[in-house]
Amino acid sequence: MVEEPTKAGFAGGGDRKGEDEQVVNPWEVTAKDGGKIDYDKLIEKFGCQRLDESLVRRVERLTGRPAHVFLRRGVFFAHRDFNEILDVYERGEKFFLYTGRGPSSEALHLGHLVPFMFTKYLQDAFKVPLVIQLTDDEKCMWKNLTVEESKRLARENAKDIIACGFDITRTFVFSDFSYVGGAFYENMVKVAKCVTFNKVVGIFGFTNEDHIGKISFPPVQAVPSFPSSFPHLFSGKDNLRCLIPCAIDQDPYFRMTRDVAPRIGYQKPALIESSFFPALQGETGKMSASDPNSAIYVTDSSKDIKNKVNRYAFSGGQDSIENHRKYGANLEVDIPVKYLGFFLEDDAELDHIKKEYGAGRMLTGEVKKCLVEVLSELVERHRKARALVTDEVVDAFMAVRPLPQMFG
Amino acid sequence: MGRTRRHPNGSGEIGHFLGGLEVALVYSLYAIVSQLRAGFPLPLLPLLPRSPQIDMGYTKDQLLARLKELQIDFVCYDHPAVLTVEAQAKYVGHLGGALSKNLLLKDKKHRYYVVSALANTNIDLKVLSQRLGLGKGGLRMAAEEALQKILQVPLGCVTPLALINDSARDVSLLLDQGFKSQQSCYFHPLTNEVTLSISASSLDRFLISIGRQPSYVDLEANPAVGKDNPPDLASLVPSGLPTLPDKVENAVVTSIPTGNDGLTVEKPTKLAVEAKRSAASQKEKLQKVQSSIDPLAEATNIEKLVKEILDKTSTAFLNEITKDLNDPQIAPSVSDVVKRRVSSDLEHMMMSLKNAAYTQGFQAGFQATLRSSLQNLSMPR
Repeated sequence: MVEEPTKAGFAGGGDRKGEDEQVVNPWEVTAKDGGKIDYDKLIEKFGCQRLDESLVRRVERLTGRPAHVFLRRGVFFAHRDFNEILDVYERGEKFFLYTGRGPSSEALHLGHLVPFMFTKYLQDAFKVPLVIQLTDDEKCMWKNLTVEESKRLARENAKDIIACGFDITRTFVFSDFSYVGGAFYENMVKVAKCVTFNKVVGIFGFTNEDHIGKISFPPVQAVPSFPSSFPHLFSGKDNLRCLIPCAIDQDPYFRMTRDVAPRIGYQKPALIESSFFPALQGETGKMSASDPNSAIYVTDSSKDIKNKVNRYAFSGGQDSIENHRKYGANLEVDIPVKYLGFFLEDDAELDHIKKEYGAGRMLTGEVKKCLVEVLSELVERHRKARALVTDEVVDAFMAVRPLPQMFG
Repeated sequence: MGRTRRHPNGSGEIGHFLGGLEVALVYSLYAIVSQLRAGFPLPLLPLLPRSPQIDMGYTKDQLLARLKELQIDFVCYDHPAVLTVEAQAKYVGHLGGALSKNLLLKDKKHRYYVVSALANTNIDLKVLSQRLGLGKGGLRMAAEEALQKILQVPLGCVTPLALINDSARDVSLLLDQGFKSQQSCYFHPLTNEVTLSISASSLDRFLISIGRQPSYVDLEANPAVGKDNPPDLASLVPSGLPTLPDKVENAVVTSIPTGNDGLTVEKPTKLAVEAKRSAASQKEKLQKVQSSIDPLAEATNIEKLVKEILDKTSTAFLNEITKDLNDPQIAPSVSDVVKRRVSSDLEHMMMSLKNAAYTQGFQAGFQATLRSSLQNLSMPR
């Protein structure tokens, strides 16, 4: 997820030379020269694979249903070992899902929901269990929040996450402050023993000035990939594979995890990675918690949504109607069309809009109107579902309990 | 615990959810139908084959009407519903016609066979299986669901007349040659509450009229099958591809049929064991991991539930609407549009319901355990 750069986190990979390289790591995402993120370069640099059409078809075949919009439209576009997970599934064995959130703010926007919407689809399509990690300790350290505040934010964020429609009989939500200990902590130590200080500096860009909390944090995000970290769920299933849907800026954590796993006798987790959700003002703009107009929040009313889209959504249309009819819209930079690519389910309708708008026959106003409708429906549905997630529901999701139906 | 918590209305009241469902469905269907009536063209949607719910199997009356059209003589005897030949015999056994026992069988390649025989003919499934070229254990009783899905008749009502249904087009029919020497034969006309008396030649005429060649077989014969003697009934194995979904195949035979299938008491246990064994090996062969059928898991399967609700509702609606609409072909595609619009919202609402109900149960369980632990603590030793 695109986060504002923090004081401590800077370039990942240790090979950043000035501003002319794009920067992608868990704490900062900046494009080169204020342009767009080059995903091909990113895939090459990180060493992951492109998710091609044939894999999408294979998923459809194995799950017996159409692929999720995000797969069809290339939002989730890269992976590591996803084909192996599909092999495993095809053989009749199962796997489990792992995703998470750093609860840094109360307000979630649509971009935050993207990985969770996709994870829900994976849970329903493959009928597999899911663990969701809330890294309240991370935010306590990086954002300098109090322990109480970060715990509170974790619970509040949990409600929005649960409202995405996860199945309580197959989902375990946990926050680090509550859960770390026991077998989970044992795995953390096993992982920590395999990663030198030099290595974390190389991967995450830590310096001598960073406090030791940060430096020892990475194992916390690594070990939920191992089934033995959850003895109440997966005891006896040490070979269970893990699939991690996440945004591509989280790749460094799991590169480290995949490197360590075989050395401690565990399976490497597989990854399926998404591109970044663009800010309302355009790809080059920054989504930031301090600017409410940079994103659509799940708490926005229909009026807010209409206002934000109409006034702030960056348009690729021409400056005058005559020019627009003549040249058509620039679909590369147009935000409403990009957002529709994420949230408009109907492929035919989206293609129609792209065609007409790109040719200049459809005006920006129309596209924005369509987007407002789609977003309002989405936010309204989320709001309704969220209202039904009480503290008791959160407690139940977070209870350390067996999940007998998790593979059913 | 002094915290006050606001409990939103929805989390405990089912009425809230159904209200939303009804409103959504009714509104969607109404909106579409009123547009149709006003003459608005619907977006061009592929016309789908009529869904099974609309394409119900033939009723007894429809069957009898067809026999009359063909000028086939028959007599009907009404009686209370019967599930076995013995029970049927109580009502019509004294009338001089030949009672029949009827089996629905299936082979390992999911092909189905109706074997219709005189009540006292001995049927050895192993022999039959070899004569059909299916090997020694190739035939077993079909699952209950198959009766419904393929023949569209209830339990205990297997009958050659069920082949009138299109769903049975790939089913092979084996008739006992003993029928030919009988003046009249007794079969169920798609219901257990009636016995139809008909001559073998009339049955032939009926079968020919629905595009079938009647095949009479000496069911008790036991010819050697080997290299020099090819299976003599091999031509009766269906050649068309079956169209059933896999679900039917996995259901293990739930009841041991002693009914109209007329098996003697010893045979059921052997067959049941055989059926269980081949079902078990089929299960192993299947790639997918299938948990034993847990009724609670079935009941909380949201997608299935939503699909059933929408299917039932749209069928009911369509049955009412098609009376008014000029073009009954539009109706199924309308229902698909509606289903697509409503499914997603409905699934989300159901998931909220499921999570809320689980939470309530979880709390109750926790409280119950707490109470019982506290009680145990305070018990005098």
